[in-house]
Amino acid sequence: MGTTNWELLWPKIWTALLQTLQMVTIAMVLASIFGVLLGLVLYSTRPGHILANKFVFALLNGVINVIRPIPFIIFIVAIGPLTRAVIGTTIGTNAAIFALTIVASLSIARIVENNLVAVDPGAIEAGRAMGARPLRILFTIVVPEGLGALILGLTYMMVALIDATAVAGLVGGGGLGDLAMVYGYQRFDSTVMLVIIVFLIILVQLAQYGGNALSRKILRRG
Amino acid sequence: MASKSNVLDQPVQPLNDAAGRDEMIRFENVSKIFDSRGERVQALKDVNLSVARGDIFGVVGYSGAGKSTLLRTINGLEIPSTGKVLVDGADIGALNGKQLSAARQNIGMIFQQFNLLLSRNIFQNIAYPLRLAGVSKAETKKRVYELLDFVGLGDKAKAYPEQLSGGQKQRVGIARALANRPAVLICDEATSALDPQTTGEVLDLLKKVNREYGITILLITHEMDVIRKICNKVAVMEGGTVVEHGGVYEVFSDPQAPVTSRFVSSVLDHRPGTEAIEHIRKTHRGQLVQIEVKDEGSSDPFLSRIARKRNVDFNIVYGGVNELQSRVFGSLTVELLGSGPDIELALDDLAQVAEIRKAG
Ligand SMILES: Nc1ncnc2c1ncn2[C@@H]1O[C@H](COP(=O)(O)OP(=O)(O)OP(=O)(O)O)[C@@H](O)[C@H]1O
Ligand SMILES: [Mg+2]
Repeated sequence: MGTTNWELLWPKIWTALLQTLQMVTIAMVLASIFGVLLGLVLYSTRPGHILANKFVFALLNGVINVIRPIPFIIFIVAIGPLTRAVIGTTIGTNAAIFALTIVASLSIARIVENNLVAVDPGAIEAGRAMGARPLRILFTIVVPEGLGALILGLTYMMVALIDATAVAGLVGGGGLGDLAMVYGYQRFDSTVMLVIIVFLIILVQLAQYGGNALSRKILRRG
Repeated sequence: MASKSNVLDQPVQPLNDAAGRDEMIRFENVSKIFDSRGERVQALKDVNLSVARGDIFGVVGYSGAGKSTLLRTINGLEIPSTGKVLVDGADIGALNGKQLSAARQNIGMIFQQFNLLLSRNIFQNIAYPLRLAGVSKAETKKRVYELLDFVGLGDKAKAYPEQLSGGQKQRVGIARALANRPAVLICDEATSALDPQTTGEVLDLLKKVNREYGITILLITHEMDVIRKICNKVAVMEGGTVVEHGGVYEVFSDPQAPVTSRFVSSVLDHRPGTEAIEHIRKTHRGQLVQIEVKDEGSSDPFLSRIARKRNVDFNIVYGGVNELQSRVFGSLTVELLGSGPDIELALDDLAQVAEIRKAG
């Protein structure tokens, strides 16, 4: 305590920051792709929607409902066997990214579904009345009309991901959260912890700011 | 000659020749039952109607009468449970997805809440149906500006819907509905969200659409004033059925069903109700008589003629005369003053030239 060796620490913080960014970015990109696809399927297979399909909807809906409430710290360990099968190992940054991607995909799927369901039915009806076919309505009306709110939802997801990476240390994924645990919690070095917390706050703020700006640009309101 | 009919009428006669060539929309025994979670609602019961090419046909009724459901069967947003709807000769219920899509491009629709796409600017909103129809970029641009000029929004191409007033949004809605030069325009309470002034402007625009492009318009409303202002034909709905239909002049001047009378008196209050009669009675003790004023095309000054001849006096105590479809009609309630026998003779004379009814 008090005798923090910053010369030794800065490179560690730097490495951890890069690891966090790497995990968040890769997981976010992958999860956005899978999540948006799943969300579109979830939305369009809902009862009464364009590709209404009880079986597909119930399956997806069920999987999401089962997995989402599991705390990430338990989930990342619990899917170990699957991680090994896909990534080849249960430890390291890639293993952490795998778990993060799965959880984020399911969350994003739900966010996408919720935002698309909220799109004004009047806009969809206008599309039908103009002669647009279902898929066309989905991609040229439902998605664009829901996009502004969707970006806000994705921003929220990004912040949640930064949060979740803190647990990645558990499987040797590294990152800022891991470093904070090692120095702040195990070695009682509150200065280091404080520095890391400041970094995390800045990261979250940047994500939030970027998301808000993008969403405003898309909503073109105000 | 406008046909006028009541409840349980016979199948509708095509307004023109046997092939129905001048018929634009035809409802044949259309019924619709909604079945949501065990609750059955019969929204339409055996509706028969015929809308001629070039009509501005109004459907009026109270909330829940089935107006929207009826309107939505025209472009297949609702499919009748039984019966069929023919638009420009095509049986809408029998079309497959692709054909229905094409048919819808021939049927413009505008909405009470406008239903514009908020993520697109005005240009893009109006261009949307053109892109659907596969119109080229250059042609689209030309057409959109043409339409913007037509609806009087030439300077709003780059604006977003949220920056427009309700009346302007509905103008965009109209431009969008006209983009593919449809034969029919259907309007679901298109002016119900607008103030009276703006309502008038939008109705004028609809009239212009009908006049300049010859587009057949079918609109639904719960405001009789809308019917009075622009329609030439009207149908009155109640409980999923059409209780009365015919020319606007005929229906307004001689309503048959009670619900029609209520609607007519909501805009034209020519006949005194019992309260008004009681009030009139306080000062006027003579014989009260209601004289229906119809457009007879004659210039007989019958009131003063009969007054002189029978030596009676007329005192107008209530009434009004309106112009509708370029014809006048109304009702005057007059008090007859004179001797008993003279009044009887005057009443006989009046009955010769006008429809009269003793009042009070
Ligand atoms: N999709 C639906 N599912 C179940 N019932 C419906 C549906 N659409 C309409 N109805 C019912 O059918 C009846 C007629 O409704 P409709 O919307 O056609 O009336 P309306 O005359 O347009 O009324 P308003 O003036 O309030 O718009 C109502 O009882 C309504 O509740
Ligand atoms: Mg309605």
